[in-house]
Amino acid sequence: MSSRDTILKAVSQNKPEQVAIPAINVNNTYEGKNLATIFAGTLQFIGGIIKTINNFDDLKKEIEQKHLNHQFIVNTIPELGITDSEIDTESSAVELEKIEVSYIYGQLGVAENGSIWIDDTNLPNRLLPFICQHLVIILNTKNIVPNMHVAYSTINTFNTGYGLFIAGPSKTADIEQSLVIGAHGARSLTVYLLEN
Amino acid sequence: MQKVIEHAIAAEAFIADEARTDWHDETLWFVRQKRDKMVHGIPEWEQLRQLGSGIKDHTLSNLDTYLKEFEKNAQANGITVHWAADAEEHNTIILEIAKKNNVKQIVKSKSMLTEECHLNPFLISKGIEVVDTDLGERIVQLRNEAPSHIVLPAIHLKKQDVSDTFHKHLHTEKGNNDPQYLTESARLHLRHKFIEADLAITGVNFAVAETGGFVVCTNEGNADMGAHAAKIHIACMGIEKIIPKAEHLGVFLRLLTRSATGQPITTYSSHFHKPRKGQQMHVVIVDNGRSKQLGRSDFKNSLKCIRCAACFNTCPVYRRSGGHSYHNATAGPIGSILNPNINMRENADLPFASTLCGSCTNVCPVKINIHEQLWKWRQVLTEEGYTSSGKKAGMKGIAFVLSNPIVYRLSGKIGRWVLRHFPKLVNNRLNPWYKQRDMPEAPKESFREWYLKQKQS
Repeated sequence: MSSRDTILKAVSQNKPEQVAIPAINVNNTYEGKNLATIFAGTLQFIGGIIKTINNFDDLKKEIEQKHLNHQFIVNTIPELGITDSEIDTESSAVELEKIEVSYIYGQLGVAENGSIWIDDTNLPNRLLPFICQHLVIILNTKNIVPNMHVAYSTINTFNTGYGLFIAGPSKTADIEQSLVIGAHGARSLTVYLLEN
Repeated sequence: MQKVIEHAIAAEAFIADEARTDWHDETLWFVRQKRDKMVHGIPEWEQLRQLGSGIKDHTLSNLDTYLKEFEKNAQANGITVHWAADAEEHNTIILEIAKKNNVKQIVKSKSMLTEECHLNPFLISKGIEVVDTDLGERIVQLRNEAPSHIVLPAIHLKKQDVSDTFHKHLHTEKGNNDPQYLTESARLHLRHKFIEADLAITGVNFAVAETGGFVVCTNEGNADMGAHAAKIHIACMGIEKIIPKAEHLGVFLRLLTRSATGQPITTYSSHFHKPRKGQQMHVVIVDNGRSKQLGRSDFKNSLKCIRCAACFNTCPVYRRSGGHSYHNATAGPIGSILNPNINMRENADLPFASTLCGSCTNVCPVKINIHEQLWKWRQVLTEEGYTSSGKKAGMKGIAFVLSNPIVYRLSGKIGRWVLRHFPKLVNNRLNPWYKQRDMPEAPKESFREWYLKQKQS
């Protein structure tokens, strides 16, 4: 018998008596509250930077300035204008390692934990949000949900081949519990909240 | 095979340095307090714990069905699924994939399962470089040590230790103990490894039957750096990592990190579903004793564990004895109920490394009755003859005294008299209780004597 069959047989023989699946019916404790404010507060608590904008004008200027200063930027948002490189799934880690700042769209924000959902549709290359030195995410305030239950019922997290919730910059506290920002992923996360 | 040093003996060596023991104790208690603060901000916390527990109970009662469903859906996504009955088969599967693809360098993110299977020494003995990429794990790997905590692998070390280790292996400045500087050095060192590696190994926090995908949580981003840069990704999971649906992730991701480190969620909660273009993605599903534990009605609940380590951080014994005293990949209270299942003889000491205070059970996000299982294991191990003859004789003696009222009263009298008149007779090194503490001052009369007097007057 293959290991697969041996394992499945043992599990089937040893599994406990049938237990019914509980329904997830968790109250939204943020009912009636301003989700964007809660989201911003949580994100700051976990080390993120938050800026509120009404249009892309200032952001466009920022990118132009960085470009003129010879910072290597990768912008995946056409409305924001220039990008220093058109990357795709074939781009190598050696190439991507040079990226200073990348700009990507976030699909959904979660107020309770300050995380933002992005997936393959937002990422020309899966390494992009990790390998860049600094990450900028643009999120529409109307796409902020109260908690993870609403997040999972709003988007299909397995719609594409890969997706993730990003909550703040890469961090570690592995040396004597001292918090250090910038472990392996991006050293900073700036979120532009777009109000319309 | 190295001879296992029993928990009590290893702990004795650990607490010899009193200042360091206090520091270890306080550091972990600080993490427990961070957890409390975060949990108290969620009014529906108890409801979430109940749901987490209920979903896991349901999953375990249908585990074979969900494993098959996961396999089918993962294969449809283009993931190759492997099954390993034990550690040896798990290691062989990974070696075969590496050999077939001519892999020389592997980067690995945190996976307690691969620690349990002793994958690193196995691959290294076959001439393959394996680099642990979680900062804490890299530190202990360079020191040739095992992780002492499943979430905080280097929690037993001070920054001076890390500085010395990095100076020796990464040529950092001698005596520079700044965590920022040391982390930055590791970042630069490991970026090279990520870029060069041909194969990335990750663990699995949750595997979703309904979608055939799996979720990996890190704060550092090391699992993703490895998996997206390498041309092959292997994710290793125990059979108990399955959950039925994606919506259940909502419950578990809310519970996991709040319980673990007191953060609302890890920085990265990555959902892997399909390999990227040109990439190979493998999942290795491992039993290694888990199906056996499933059949032990008193211990099956231990398979609900989501590896947050809240039970470690709150445990008065763990905090004052350190993870290495548990001589296993998974230490702490949960390790003490998982490990005897894998090897009763070698791990017979672990269920006794507890005060049975129940704090572990109180903080467990999936409501595992940890302290009750520790107590149950003591009974099983004693019945099976795995406890020392001294302990057995002592227990038998106490059982005799406590079940005979006359003997009990008489021994109480003798004990009080001896303690009052000849304290040195018991306050000596022959009495294990005397280690680190004096015997209490003996009262003149017993409660019974006092009570009978009260009744008369």
